Amino acid sequence: MTFPSAIRLRHVGKTYANGTVALDDVNLAIAPTEFVSLVGPSGCGKSTVLRLIAGLSPLTTGDVQWGDISRDRLSFVFQDASLMPWATVQDNVRLPLRLAGVPKPKAEAAIANALSMVDLQGYERAYPRQLSGGMKMRVSIARSLVTQPSLMLMDEPFGALDEMTRSRLNSDILHLWETQRWTVVFVTHNIYEAVYLSQRVVVMAARPGRIVADIAIDAPYPRNDAFRTSPLFNDYCRDVAQQLAEASLGMPPLADLRQI
Amino acid sequence: MLLRYFVVALLELQNMCLNRGIRRLKDLPVLRILYDFFSSRLSAMTVPPLSTADSPTRTAPSVKPRGDRLQVLTWLTSSEVIAPVVVGILVLIGWELAVRLTNTPPYLLPGPSLVFTTLIQDWHQLFPSLMVTLRITTIAFIAAALSGLLIAVVFAQSKWIERSLFPYAVILQTTPIVAIAPLIIIWFRNNTIMALVVCAWIIALFPIISNTTLGLKSADHNLVNLFKLYNASRWQTLIYLRLPSALPYFLGGLRISGGLALIGAVVAEFVAGTGGQRSGIAYQILMSSYNLQIPRMFAALILTTGLGVAIFVTLTLLSDLLLRHWHESAMTQES
Ligand SMILES: Nc1ncnc2c1ncn2[C@@H]1O[C@H](COP(=O)(O)OP(=O)(O)O)[C@@H](O)[C@H]1O
Ligand SMILES: [Mg+2]
Repeated sequence: MTFPSAIRLRHVGKTYANGTVALDDVNLAIAPTEFVSLVGPSGCGKSTVLRLIAGLSPLTTGDVQWGDISRDRLSFVFQDASLMPWATVQDNVRLPLRLAGVPKPKAEAAIANALSMVDLQGYERAYPRQLSGGMKMRVSIARSLVTQPSLMLMDEPFGALDEMTRSRLNSDILHLWETQRWTVVFVTHNIYEAVYLSQRVVVMAARPGRIVADIAIDAPYPRNDAFRTSPLFNDYCRDVAQQLAEASLGMPPLADLRQI
Repeated sequence: MLLRYFVVALLELQNMCLNRGIRRLKDLPVLRILYDFFSSRLSAMTVPPLSTADSPTRTAPSVKPRGDRLQVLTWLTSSEVIAPVVVGILVLIGWELAVRLTNTPPYLLPGPSLVFTTLIQDWHQLFPSLMVTLRITTIAFIAAALSGLLIAVVFAQSKWIERSLFPYAVILQTTPIVAIAPLIIIWFRNNTIMALVVCAWIIALFPIISNTTLGLKSADHNLVNLFKLYNASRWQTLIYLRLPSALPYFLGGLRISGGLALIGAVVAEFVAGTGGQRSGIAYQILMSSYNLQIPRMFAALILTTGLGVAIFVTLTLLSDLLLRHWHESAMTQES
């Protein structure tokens, strides 16, 4: 790849204080406005990759290089919406602006804009407990995009949602990605979701956490339900599933064994 | 002297049982309805009605009206109410009959009817005493709430502060108040009320410290990360994340401390044994026992217990009111 990277992980290793080797020699370059998914068995270090990129925990070895995107234009979305239960929807979305000391009129406009982007107008003064799981996730996404980020780190954001809500939010995220020109690193354990959303699917294996495959999904955007039911989509899913199975077993697939 | 400690032990036991049994009080429909009434009033003032669904993805939450009267009626006729009431009445009748049939003198065991008439007769003396105790309890409780919160915030600032000071908070808690009360009363010999307040404060303080310290540390892990990500200052994290996260724990601490402050006040009054116009309800219990006015002693005991229950119920309602936005139970959600 000759184009400049937005972020680049070089020989990244991470060993936690208790001795767990979460990552070993991870190399990953992500281009500006690229949509990359990380898939892999649980415990293979997907969350750790995001935490290291976000600077939430220190690297043990290697480095993370930043391209022409600014470090403080970064947002993080977690699996559970992680809203503050004592605050209204608009106060939850306001959080990043409040912490940055953004003046009120400007903040109000940004909040209204963010809420309209996730289709939550009219719910400004509702409390999280009044919302369904999907709506909570929308609030969480609104909170992450209110700062107009250029890099979105999403850690299994729709993992806890039902299939219907998940596919609706998938379409919403793709739409936002196309209009907002984000760079996205999206962690999921759902193969279909990864293939549907991404330009690249990176497959990881555990013990130690490492990258075992990097599959480009060559399908045009905007993607829709027609893509979800196309043979191309199926082929990619099978491809990723096979890589994932190998990664999970930690051994070559059956076909290779026969050749030995 | 022996009698005095016996009564202290009795009181503590009674309060312990009460605290246990009454923990379920907020689940009683009558209180629930009261609380729902106030909280719906409040939320009607603060939260405008949510816009109704204008797209198929939305479900607007709505408050389901409750059949208040019907619910009270079902509750009153449920076995949950009838069983303990029947047992209570049977015990009272049995007690009255036993006392009358065996001709037990009232200075050994008065019948419930005699206790009741004594309560009415001596109301003008007992009630002001109860108010004195309530005042001591309230001051000590508020002092404990504020100082406990402050100490917990200091503890939460650094592991080292907490590690070096927490053991002393435990020591303060485990030292029996009966044993240190005389010392405190000597130190504050010019101001008995102050001495009583300090005793009650010492007892009420610990649950608030330990609960709030735990609450301050229990903030959602992802939110802590989010605050870090947005470069929040220590102060911002405290105000916008740690203190709100600690609120349910703090309120839980308050509910325990309310009862403990009363126990502390009563125990301290026993030890101080002060008379005069400004004597509390414990002094009335003590004097009644010395003078063998046992019916009066029972009446004072009932008042003390009633005060303990009232404190607990008040704090439970306050807690539910403050946490009404956190919990699902206050409002039924359509799905
Ligand atoms: N704070 C931590 N301390 C110690 N070990 C950790 C910590 N966080 C994660 N790990 C370990 O590191 C490995 C990778 O974790 P994680 O990145 O969360 O995996 P994934 O997100 O792919 O499930 C796991 O074995 C996990 O137990
Ligand atoms: Mg994870």
